[in-house]
Amino acid sequence: MAGEGNAEYERARRFRDAALPYLDDAYTLARYLMRNTADAEDAVQECYLRALRHFDSYRGHAMKPWLLTILRNVCNAEFARRSRHETPTDWSEDDPKSEQPMWQETQASPETALLRAQDDATIRRLVDTLPAVFREAIVLREMNDLSYQEIAEVVGVPVGTVMSRLARARAMLRAAWNAADGSGPQTARAAAPLPAPGASS
Amino acid sequence: MSASGNITVNCSENEILLHALVDGELDAGHVREVEAHVAGCRSCAQALESIRALRHAMGGARLKEQAPAQLRSRIAAMLPARASPFPVATKDGSLARWWRTFLGGFSIGTALSAALAATVLIGVFRGDQNRQVADEVVSAHIRSLQAGHLTDVQTSDQHTVKPWFNGKLDVAPPVIDLTAQGFTLLGGRLDYIDREPVASIIYARRKHVINLFVAQHLGARHAGAVGESIQGYNVRHWAEEGLDFWAVSDLNGDELDEFVQKVSAALHTANPT
Repeated sequence: MAGEGNAEYERARRFRDAALPYLDDAYTLARYLMRNTADAEDAVQECYLRALRHFDSYRGHAMKPWLLTILRNVCNAEFARRSRHETPTDWSEDDPKSEQPMWQETQASPETALLRAQDDATIRRLVDTLPAVFREAIVLREMNDLSYQEIAEVVGVPVGTVMSRLARARAMLRAAWNAADGSGPQTARAAAPLPAPGASS
Repeated sequence: MSASGNITVNCSENEILLHALVDGELDAGHVREVEAHVAGCRSCAQALESIRALRHAMGGARLKEQAPAQLRSRIAAMLPARASPFPVATKDGSLARWWRTFLGGFSIGTALSAALAATVLIGVFRGDQNRQVADEVVSAHIRSLQAGHLTDVQTSDQHTVKPWFNGKLDVAPPVIDLTAQGFTLLGGRLDYIDREPVASIIYARRKHVINLFVAQHLGARHAGAVGESIQGYNVRHWAEEGLDFWAVSDLNGDELDEFVQKVSAALHTANPT
């Protein structure tokens, strides 16, 4: 029926308007959770497919955390499906020591308060080395710009847990950052011209 | 290390509050408390500096990814085109079946269920007039986010923004500085809603922009504030001091409600009845 088709088109149009603005956010989270671009693309497509199917149950809730919750579940399901040794399944914060000790926490001394600028590829690599629970916390906060409450909803933990994970994630990142200082990335690429200060937000 | 045992206890509790401070997650009372402690505690001051340095270093990098064009077109391709029957959802219950499979097959389905359960419709803009105004307000908000469109007068000083509107509007819109309450004043802009000039006062919370539209008459009035989400943007409307206020943002609903409360409270303080 033409009427029904138009109603579905209208529904798809509303979904497009609501969900597509967050495609970069979804892809960013997927990229950091899956740690490779092909898997990230598949996860995001699956996420949008599921979100479209459940769009009727979406009511006035903030779209970005809703989408990212679905995306995170898609990524976790994929990891569960694979359950291979080399894939990161360390979703517990009790045993983060299985990773390379690159980010071992050291007491930051006053003179290291300032951080040497690192190129984007190095920072991404540092974030990628964080154990999953800390990685997702820092990405949801710094890259996806979610509030503590929204992160708590996406991850399904209390706000207090979000806060302690974020604090821990930053301590690890800082330690890794300092450790990476001097050694430098092997794949340093030519720095693209930076946007004018303030233009990036 | 610290001067007294008392402060050391505070410091370990303070560590997480320092992050919350940097993340803009503290209310004004806690901000004052934490800042007062940091002012008198060297180790916490260093810790705070260290967190800020890390955030600054990360903020300078382009860590946010751009979705590849092919992914964008893959997703566009799965959306139905006009007048074609929707290929996914059918009325024979396959959606419910799929949902059960989804919940059964994935151990972390509870987080999603919780998120779905939390989706509450706050209110609905009744009547054609408010519906139309709400849509226009959202469009104006989206327009304002395009580069260079956000502010006509760019300043965090309320005493600069307020006079700027003089002569441009029939009313003098109240311009309130909410920086201490966690909403930064970015500036002002003249916009058009329903073919009438309206003032927009622009605030930011973290990276979220809030457009607060103010006009003498904009939409049908009702008791209290009402709101809903349109195209993923949260919208709130209320009337006060003979003016209509429309707040629009991609900020989450709770924080936008907090913004409405703070504006309203500040209006009352300025004009006690």
